[in-house]
Amino acid sequence: MATEKEKIITTSDVHLFYGKTEALKGISLDFNKNEITALIGPSGCGKSTYLRTLNRMNDLIPNVTITGTVKLGTQNIYAPDTDVVELRKDVGMVFQQPLPFPFSIYDNVIYGLRLAGVKDRQVLDQAVETSLKQAAVWDDVKDKLHESALSLSGGQQQRVCIARVLAAKPKVILMDEPTSALDPISTAKIENMLLELRDDYTIILVTHSMHQASRISDRTAFFLQGELIEADATKKIFMDPSKKQTEDYITGRFG
Amino acid sequence: MDPIKESLLKTSKAAKKEKKGKLISEFCIALIIIAVVAIFYFVASKGLATFFTNKINLWDFLTKTDWNPGVKDSHGHPEVGALPMIVGSFGVTFLSAIVATPFAIGTAIFMTEISPKRGYRIMQPVTELLVGIPSVVYGFIGLSVVVPFIRRTFGGSGFGILSGTFVLFVMILPTVTSMSVDALKAVPRHYREASLALGATRWQTIYRVVLRAATPGILTGIVFGMARAFGEALAVQMVIGNAALLPKNLISPASTLTSVLTSGIGNTVMGSLQNNALWSLALLLLLMSLFFNLVVRWIGKRGAVK
Ligand SMILES: Nc1ncnc2c1ncn2[C@@H]1O[C@H](COP(=O)(O)OP(=O)(O)O)[C@@H](O)[C@H]1O
Ligand SMILES: [Mg+2]
Repeated sequence: MATEKEKIITTSDVHLFYGKTEALKGISLDFNKNEITALIGPSGCGKSTYLRTLNRMNDLIPNVTITGTVKLGTQNIYAPDTDVVELRKDVGMVFQQPLPFPFSIYDNVIYGLRLAGVKDRQVLDQAVETSLKQAAVWDDVKDKLHESALSLSGGQQQRVCIARVLAAKPKVILMDEPTSALDPISTAKIENMLLELRDDYTIILVTHSMHQASRISDRTAFFLQGELIEADATKKIFMDPSKKQTEDYITGRFG
Repeated sequence: MDPIKESLLKTSKAAKKEKKGKLISEFCIALIIIAVVAIFYFVASKGLATFFTNKINLWDFLTKTDWNPGVKDSHGHPEVGALPMIVGSFGVTFLSAIVATPFAIGTAIFMTEISPKRGYRIMQPVTELLVGIPSVVYGFIGLSVVVPFIRRTFGGSGFGILSGTFVLFVMILPTVTSMSVDALKAVPRHYREASLALGATRWQTIYRVVLRAATPGILTGIVFGMARAFGEALAVQMVIGNAALLPKNLISPASTLTSVLTSGIGNTVMGSLQNNALWSLALLLLLMSLFFNLVVRWIGKRGAVK
């Protein structure tokens, strides 16, 4: 019924082993450009693990084996000729813990640009302002850009972390439960911000909050014990899931 | 009396024990404080006697370059210029810290960021060994290896600040290294992940995030190393040449506060100017280690606020 959207990430038959334990059992899932996709499921089902295959953060863990293909655009990111550093510039990541670097707010935000070799003050200043505005934290911090980011509240810190990712101008932003450590007001601010960001970015969001998934995502994928049970338009998943396990999970009749 | 009231009014066994324990620990603390105060008082009263009893000018003491407390100069003032020793002490301290720091940081990076397993297998025993070697052994090795080497390479007698620097470099390296390792290990793993996720290479992550976050800890390690170098007596004494002269260069015989102290203190009579002048050197040493301690605290505080 819907028109075919442009896909930005396609994954097929992704298996991931921690040593001998299979944490992902053949996931095939695609992500549309300029959409928010929510990954939901009980804890330990492999959401974070899957998310981390998309920017190859699992490479940092010893004894991890990954098979299957993950494509960004048309490029298989696990192909030997893929530059991981470049990949991570295109696919940014926001973590669960709101932990900016122990530098000033300004230095945090321009970190990615500095890596890219940008030195022009004007460009940097502009990027700081734009990203902090996009991350809905500009008004909170505009008078103390050169103070330590660690002096901010948890919610502000997380938004500075998001600004830090935005300033690096990725195409896709991975978010692993970005609001689970925050209070409801900060959470609402970030949720509203994500809806705004959707026009310019593709967002893949792991969340344990059904409410968050239903409120802001376009599509939702339900994971269970390392398997993808179903992925569909968020409305469909929450109103009329095709799988019994999905229904049990979203109605809280689980386990 | 009702039993509840009775039991509440009676001091319990546990409460008595707690009182006793508290008393014992307070006694220990008092003892330590008294010892520290006594040492300070003793050194200060002796060290200050040079200026108050013997009427030596403090400025002369700090800036004159002739050290021979038994002899009077042409104006009839005793020769108690400590500048050569001050220069010697600071010289070997700073130089050895400057040489040791890059090695320490490099080793620490290897041990924490590049190859933790192999790094630890090799460096742990090496570090422990280096710490455990008595300083006389360092001095002896310095005397029989470093001094001849420098004599052959740079000429002169081989004794001097350069030899002292070499020996102290090896002696403080384990201190600075292990404190740098601790500082790097204390950097949350999360910072590294966040940096890599932003498209940094491993090397960029190390020098832009890890080292920067660990700077207060590393600085503390360096200051601790400097404190050790400043206070080391025996090993330095064996290689520096022990000439209370302002060093002309790094390979001319020199001396440090500690080396003059240890070689001179047995040959003077208590209460004489010669003896008091040595105590003044000791006071200077004490003040310097106090200063190093303050620097460490200051860095710690600044690091914590950051
Ligand atoms: N570094 C790791 N080493 C070994 N097993 C891991 C590691 N990280 C996660 N796992 C395991 O993989 C499974 C999926 O974990 P995770 O992806 O974190 O789940 P979720 O994010 O959905 O809660 C869990 O059983 C977890 O114990
Ligand atoms: Mg998780």
